[in-house]
Amino acid sequence: MNNIISLQKLRKTFGKFIAVDDINLNIEKGKIFGLLGPNGAGKSTTIRMIIGVLEPTSGTAIIDGKDVTKNPELIKKEIGYMSQKFSLYEDLTVLENLKFYASIYGVKTNERDERINQLIDMANLSSKKKTLVKHLSGGWKQRLALSCSLIHKPKILILDEPTAGVDPVSRRIFWKMIFELANQGISILVTTHYMDEAESCDEVAFIFDGKILVKDTPKNLIANENVNTLEDVFIKYVENKTGEKVSASFEKLKFLQAGEENGF
Amino acid sequence: MDFNRLLAIIKKEFIHVFRDKVSFGIIIAMPIIYSLVFGYAIKTEVDDIKLAVLDNDKSIESREYISSFETSKYFKITKYVNSLDEIEKLIDGNTVKAALVIDANYSENIQKNLKNGSLLIIDGSDPTVATTALQSGLLVSSFHNMNLNNAVDINEFGINTKVWYNPNLKSTNFILPGLLAIVMQNITILLTAFSLVREKEKGNLELLIVSPIKPIELILGKMIPYMLIGFFDLLLTLYFGLLYFNVKIAGSVFLLIGLGSIFVICSLAMGMLISTIAENQVQAMQMTILVLLPSILLSGFMFPLEAMPKFIQIIGHLVPATYLIEINRGIILKGNDISYLLKDTVILITFTIFLLGIAINKFHKTLD
Ligand SMILES: Nc1ncnc2c1ncn2[C@@H]1O[C@H](COP(=O)(O)OP(=O)(O)OP(=O)(O)O)[C@@H](O)[C@H]1O
Ligand SMILES: [Mg+2]
Repeated sequence: MNNIISLQKLRKTFGKFIAVDDINLNIEKGKIFGLLGPNGAGKSTTIRMIIGVLEPTSGTAIIDGKDVTKNPELIKKEIGYMSQKFSLYEDLTVLENLKFYASIYGVKTNERDERINQLIDMANLSSKKKTLVKHLSGGWKQRLALSCSLIHKPKILILDEPTAGVDPVSRRIFWKMIFELANQGISILVTTHYMDEAESCDEVAFIFDGKILVKDTPKNLIANENVNTLEDVFIKYVENKTGEKVSASFEKLKFLQAGEENGF
Repeated sequence: MDFNRLLAIIKKEFIHVFRDKVSFGIIIAMPIIYSLVFGYAIKTEVDDIKLAVLDNDKSIESREYISSFETSKYFKITKYVNSLDEIEKLIDGNTVKAALVIDANYSENIQKNLKNGSLLIIDGSDPTVATTALQSGLLVSSFHNMNLNNAVDINEFGINTKVWYNPNLKSTNFILPGLLAIVMQNITILLTAFSLVREKEKGNLELLIVSPIKPIELILGKMIPYMLIGFFDLLLTLYFGLLYFNVKIAGSVFLLIGLGSIFVICSLAMGMLISTIAENQVQAMQMTILVLLPSILLSGFMFPLEAMPKFIQIIGHLVPATYLIEINRGIILKGNDISYLLKDTVILITFTIFLLGIAINKFHKTLD
């Protein structure tokens, strides 16, 4: 079995609202997998069921051969997670945060310092070791969050919009690290709104209204839909689904323009 | 349970507290400021009533009489005057609260065993001061006469009174033991209520849930630091609230600290409960106020519960602080040992176990 993550009829409802609607999804080991979709599509909700923060309403999630819906504790040490919202401790320094997560994940003391130094080198954080996290800028914070999520050498890395609100240079550096990690054999699940990032994934799935609409390699998707970019593919899917042209909807905004056009 | 994980959480909590100026201020300044404000505010209204003296006799005897007022500590002689007009001016101008006028025949009268004929004039505009001045004036005077003439039958002075437990009737003695409970409670609830909610709001908690940390490690890791801080503040208040104001602890200090520590845990549970129920820090603040107000007003801390309507008394008895205040007064003023305090102690422990049970249960649910 070569699937690191396997979701079967996974469903999450909040009251009457269906956030994730019977999703089936298999993600291959050692790949970078992109989960794409508009705001509110259900990306974060799906991820939070995978990592065991949210209990699914129904269905199963098998991670690394283990059913997390039955026992999320089993795979906790295998998963590194970066949440959509930056959530390290702002009043701790870079080093203190790394040490804290090392202890929490039970990294042995004799291995700890070496591991921390490796991560600091990787993320180029050595000049900021003693800086309070609240004084770091976006790109630094995001690289620190990645370092903390890697402290226990996880098999699976789950990144929820890791590059939101980060400048292009920092994004480029960040993705270099992601490729490097994938090369080392870590399986990566990432959500993003940036299409250039999506095109760098080995495989992507498009989720809309809690349902997976399509899953394929970026190359195949572009070829099959006969368009130029991944962005065009997804706009096409949204248009099909809503029965409304994204471009046409701009027509409706015309009333904002000069008043004389109103009466034809 | 993993000891390293527990230690990591404890260390992190301490860093939060010590790097946050407000939290740190609460821990250090609140016990000291509360103790001094309550201690002094109440002290000055009883002691050191400003007194003017008009000595028409100017004898050794009259000077002794005057000095007995001075040494009583109830009065402080701020002016010696020569006429009644001057006294009137001083009282009108609020410079003194009372005046002692000694008759020209004072020493003669004393020798003849007659009434000494001195007069204590009191400014009645502040009833509290006036009452104290009146009572202490009579007391000082009687004692002075008793000393002068041991042969005098004590019954001549009318009723004998003996006040037990708080012989000086100082309200500091009433307030400060209660303050010990209130300060400990406020600090512990305030700090714990925010500690978890902050992590919830900022998303830190999600990262902890994802980690292999066990709920018990997180719960203990969050409780131990605030327990130690509460205990530290207990000692701080003990010093500034009692020792500094010369309130003697009649009973066992260890019993006082021991039962106080149970109360710290009880407050901790209340704070944790707020922390799990509140969605964000604003809600936590509102709930904290909701809990703190009745515990200040209805616990008998400032106003005796006995004087309140039955309905209010019932609410007052649902406040854990009520019992520790009762216990503290028992130990500090009456020198009670545990056998006298059994009922209050049992109720306090019951509250603690009950609240802690709910809090831990709710906390567990938040983490699952
Ligand atoms: N705890 C919750 N209670 C109620 N509704 C929720 C809850 N969490 C998420 N939702 C709803 O579920 C839907 C999916 O949310 P989710 O966060 O998964 O979207 P997303 O795809 O991650 O969007 P974004 O790109 O904005 O992060 C949204 O409509 C959201 O409002
Ligand atoms: Mg999201």
